[in-house]
Amino acid sequence: MRVQDLAVHFILREGGLLRPKTHTIKAVDGVSFDLNAGETLGVVGESGSGKSTLARALLALIKPDRGRVLWFGEDLHKLDEESLRKKRQDMQIVFQDPLAALNPRMTVRNIIAEPLWTFFPKIARVQVDERVRGVMKMVGLLPNQVNRYPHEFSAGQCQRIGIARALVLNPKLVICDEPVSALDVSVQAQIVNLLKNLQKKLNLSLVFIAHDLSVVRHISDRVMVMYLGRAMELSRRDALYRRPLHPYTSALIKAVPVPDPRLARVKTDSGLTGDMPSPLSPPPGCVFHSRCPYLIKRCQMEVPALRRMESGDWVACHRAEELDLTIVKSG
Amino acid sequence: MALLEVKDLDVGFDTPEGKVHAVNHLSFSLEAGVTLALVGESGSGKTQAVMSILGLLAENGHVSGQALFKGQDLLQMNTQELNLRRGNEIAMIFQDPMTSLNPYLRIDRQMTEVVMHHKGLKKSEATVYAVEMLRAVQIPDPERIIRQYPHELSGGMRQKVMVAMGLLSEPELLIADEPTAAVDVTVQVQITHLMSALREKSNTAIILISHDLGIVAGLCDRVLVMYAGEAVECGSVEQIYYDPKHPYTQGLLNSVPRLDQPGSRELEAIPGNPPNLLNLPDGCKFRDRCPKAFDACREKPPMQLGEDRHAYRCFLGLSE
Repeated sequence: MRVQDLAVHFILREGGLLRPKTHTIKAVDGVSFDLNAGETLGVVGESGSGKSTLARALLALIKPDRGRVLWFGEDLHKLDEESLRKKRQDMQIVFQDPLAALNPRMTVRNIIAEPLWTFFPKIARVQVDERVRGVMKMVGLLPNQVNRYPHEFSAGQCQRIGIARALVLNPKLVICDEPVSALDVSVQAQIVNLLKNLQKKLNLSLVFIAHDLSVVRHISDRVMVMYLGRAMELSRRDALYRRPLHPYTSALIKAVPVPDPRLARVKTDSGLTGDMPSPLSPPPGCVFHSRCPYLIKRCQMEVPALRRMESGDWVACHRAEELDLTIVKSG
Repeated sequence: MALLEVKDLDVGFDTPEGKVHAVNHLSFSLEAGVTLALVGESGSGKTQAVMSILGLLAENGHVSGQALFKGQDLLQMNTQELNLRRGNEIAMIFQDPMTSLNPYLRIDRQMTEVVMHHKGLKKSEATVYAVEMLRAVQIPDPERIIRQYPHELSGGMRQKVMVAMGLLSEPELLIADEPTAAVDVTVQVQITHLMSALREKSNTAIILISHDLGIVAGLCDRVLVMYAGEAVECGSVEQIYYDPKHPYTQGLLNSVPRLDQPGSRELEAIPGNPPNLLNLPDGCKFRDRCPKAFDACREKPPMQLGEDRHAYRCFLGLSE
């Protein structure tokens, strides 16, 4: 998959009949990246950074205002409905809230089998059963639970059902939109490990969206950091955690609390003050400049482009060459 | 004397499916100026334990046991007696800032009500005081913010308003239920800094309910680990993080993704799922998920006291 200069804008209308006002929210603004077969890309950003909108645009669930999403060279957003539908077999999504994403009045069998019936209406019942039991085993559910309803399962098991549904058609790409944010840590680790193993076994391309950097690290080959709809950095995993190129990435890394009392107490803070600005009125120049500790004049005037560094990693910061943001391990 | 002493607290709920045992025989004590963390997975009874202490249980809830606050049992008090303490000597920061602020009222009304009631301040004095508090939690331009409605603020701002409200009355005991769960990591750091600064300033005792072991490590003095409504381990942060005795505590610590360790490491998950509170197993409640379970675990393990007030509910400690 190749994404070029993708932008999704929402128009917000407010005000009365007499004085209507419209605002444009640039939920995703000029994002480009390549995703290779069998690669896992982590996408990280705070709420409102455009992660979920990006996910929906990648799957052609919403129309972008600019840019292209190329799937094996074909622009998804230019396809007619019928050809797009065929492509959808290869692209699936796993949602954040495992319970809300499952129809409470359908049995597990029907939930998982629904994509099969949609794409192969004439498929034999035996085949469906076989396939459903197969994927259930694959995601660690007991096949004899096919006749149960979602409420009989815990949150972690519901997420497994969601994953089974995504895998039943043998997709090439699975987009996971915060698949573990709603789960307890002990269960979160189960699901991360499951996704990692399935990805390897089935050679899936995975886009794994999360709001903090700690979980993403265990599953990604490369990580993209987003802020206010823009990609701030796109780097190979180990490089990003060792020496981030963008001040925002470095702040996000430092903000993750370490579960060790001695280290946690000497830890310096992230250096960031305040909140993310409203997407209705993003700051001019670099969108991050209002919170950046390394601000210079140029950042307020000129939007930094996402550019390729010598190492092959990408960054959108005017000062990337001169800043050394190596993460210092304390203790 | 401990500021708060909870003894044998039991909380149950009647539901159409039967009785849910949310908290079982929970005991702990808390001294002034100490920060205690209640950690455990969702459904482990953390929130219901403190809600019952404050008399905030849902209608189908029952509570028994004792909760002595400065020697007086909160569970025996009527609403009037409780109201003298709630919001005054004891304050609470609720989990979700969106649903616990009244959407119809401006911030100033919600903040001044507390001090006008408990401190007898006039409206104008109370407003000045509330603005000061907002400034103390580092809200920019507090004079303007205080005139706004909750929906006009970002999630992080709303959570800071909640913290400011909790601190208005300079409580002796502050109960914070997942105060950082709904905010972004960068704001999370700011809120924990605020809480530790204020603790130092006014020697407030804090009960922090959290599932985030990173936050707890940085902020708390003591940790109480709960599983299926029971305390399974209690000790100082150092004891819990460096020398965890209970297999559940060990499992929890191992399942946290850590940025200070190599990323290629596979996360160690605890197998299985938390038990159903409607139908709790006999014996050790963690038995089914425990990698070290053996025959003795069919019986309920007693709470054992180790060195320096380090307590844990596991048979393994006995044989070692």
